[in-house]
Amino acid sequence: MNFIVAIVNGLSLGGTYAMIAIGYTMVYGIAKMLNFAHGDVIMVGGYAMYITLLLMDLPIVAILFAVLFCMILGICIERFAYRPLRGASPLAVLITAIGVSYLLQSLSQIIFGSAPKMLMKLQISGFVAMGELRIAYSTILTLALTVVVMVALTLFVKYSRTGRAMIAVSEDRDAARLMGVNTNAIIAVTFAIGSALAAVAGYCMLMKSPSLANTLGAMPGIKAFTAAVIGGIGSIPGAMLGGILLGIIESVSLGIPAIAPFTDAIEFSILIVILLVKPAGLLGKARREKV
Amino acid sequence: MSKIIAFFKKPFFRRYLNYLVIVCVILIFAVASLSGVKGLAKASTLSLLERIGIAMVLALSLSMVVGFLGELSLGHAGFMCAGAYVGGKIASALTTSMQVGESNLAVLLIALLAGGVVAAVFGFIIGLPALRLRGDYLAIVTLAFGEIVRTIVMNLPSKWFGGTLGMETPRFNRNYLFIIIFVMVLACLAVTQNLMRSKHGRAIVAIKDNEIAARAMGVDITKYKLFVFVISSFFAGVAGVLYSYSNYTVQSANFDYNYSIEILVMVVLGGMGSINGSMIAAALITFLNVKLQTTLTGDMAVMKDLIYALILILIVIYKNAPGLKNFREKYNMNTLAAWVKRRFGKKAAPVAAEQGVTGDEQ
Repeated sequence: MNFIVAIVNGLSLGGTYAMIAIGYTMVYGIAKMLNFAHGDVIMVGGYAMYITLLLMDLPIVAILFAVLFCMILGICIERFAYRPLRGASPLAVLITAIGVSYLLQSLSQIIFGSAPKMLMKLQISGFVAMGELRIAYSTILTLALTVVVMVALTLFVKYSRTGRAMIAVSEDRDAARLMGVNTNAIIAVTFAIGSALAAVAGYCMLMKSPSLANTLGAMPGIKAFTAAVIGGIGSIPGAMLGGILLGIIESVSLGIPAIAPFTDAIEFSILIVILLVKPAGLLGKARREKV
Repeated sequence: MSKIIAFFKKPFFRRYLNYLVIVCVILIFAVASLSGVKGLAKASTLSLLERIGIAMVLALSLSMVVGFLGELSLGHAGFMCAGAYVGGKIASALTTSMQVGESNLAVLLIALLAGGVVAAVFGFIIGLPALRLRGDYLAIVTLAFGEIVRTIVMNLPSKWFGGTLGMETPRFNRNYLFIIIFVMVLACLAVTQNLMRSKHGRAIVAIKDNEIAARAMGVDITKYKLFVFVISSFFAGVAGVLYSYSNYTVQSANFDYNYSIEILVMVVLGGMGSINGSMIAAALITFLNVKLQTTLTGDMAVMKDLIYALILILIVIYKNAPGLKNFREKYNMNTLAAWVKRRFGKKAAPVAAEQGVTGDEQ
């Protein structure tokens, strides 16, 4: 019985990771860079919800505002920090991304202080009981949100003009530009979508435990990043699979007292093992670099 | 006078100027400390020197990977943590079992070696899979490694490594410790500088500039990358042991991701690929950290991090942005020097004469 609960919780946690991981993986696929600041966008989204909730009592407005705010933030980060470095060495871009992450964290601590804010209005308590099986409402809602987001995103990428342009840019940016795709706009859209998903994931985290601090996004960011790499960075289905897998592993591992304290170490060790045996990740395609 | 200037401009002298500066500074403080001149060798000054020395070792070792190899390591604090715990544990065990004083030099040297070797072994294990892949993966794997080490050490039974509370290490005599730390700085400097000036160093720089071209010229990419990474990890481990000695305790919570980033900031601020730059930046940032600790309290302490983040972003964009090429050519250190020369005329003539010297330092 406990095992089933652990799996369901793992699925829901994995859904949250998957949503964040998609942001990493899309940006990697299309802009060919690791956006280290992605985890901190979650935290900024949390503070956006906090501010809205101070003004009005409507959680749904808070969530929508956070999504919008994060989209704008994502576009701004891309425009001012990453776009000037397009064509520069990957190392330079990586270091800038770390700088942006650091900047967001310290800036929000200066503005909001280091004491955690409690967003009780976002919390969803209570659970469904099926015999001895108890599943929290927040878990179910997270799962539902994940499914909706995944389906919508898959449809968007497969069938919309912008989505197909994204695939084109990720396959060959120069060729896409020759075909008339506005690559800068596509990259901006990618950042916007990734950041919006980060805001939704932030909501999923806050409705379980409503404590908001400037480190909210740090650990989930790194975990989701791990998930994206496990699934194969650059691949959207890979990010979903990696996220769900990692969520289940974490949830099951936390349920076993003997290994619970080592959960983080186990997850990261899995990452290293996967890179060792299948460097491109589970669903990633190995690419030969051409001269 | 002109003879003296000519002597200082000799290539031989220029090459070893950095050693000389460090040795002179340390001699001054060593004499002050040993002869008991308390004005110059206060406890706070000595502890600041210790921290600066440790930061220099860290920055030098990371600059090998980031500056010369062009790979990003985000787990430098993890290697340091491994070295600190192993070295600290061996040092305390040896001190008690051999019944020697806590300031025993042999024990310290054994601990340094052990900590360095353990960190190097970890570097090998981590580097072997990660360095075969594209650049970004090393960043991910080292980041993961840093977290793994920290979590494991923190959660092992407390009789091994002290758990979350940390582990006590021998209390080495403060009056000598900074000398040993700076001897290690010199050792690390010698290894870095000589390695980079050797045939192997050229190969490493070639890898950074163009991996495919380097491979076509017969450079064994994985071997060299692994080599640099292992040496860098070794010195990170050494710095960890020095850290444990300097602090009297080791706490795994101190070796977090932010610490790795702080070392990275030193390397980037010093100018990637510049040995002396890394050391100067390490000294500067450590000095500011210690000084600002007392003035900036509470949430304002983060102001420092904010400034570091801005420095990191602005420097990297200024140095690397393709669109800023013209701007870079118009405004850089050389044009600044020329402006100073024009503006202040004769008064700054010696400064201007030196400017020709600084440009070609590694």
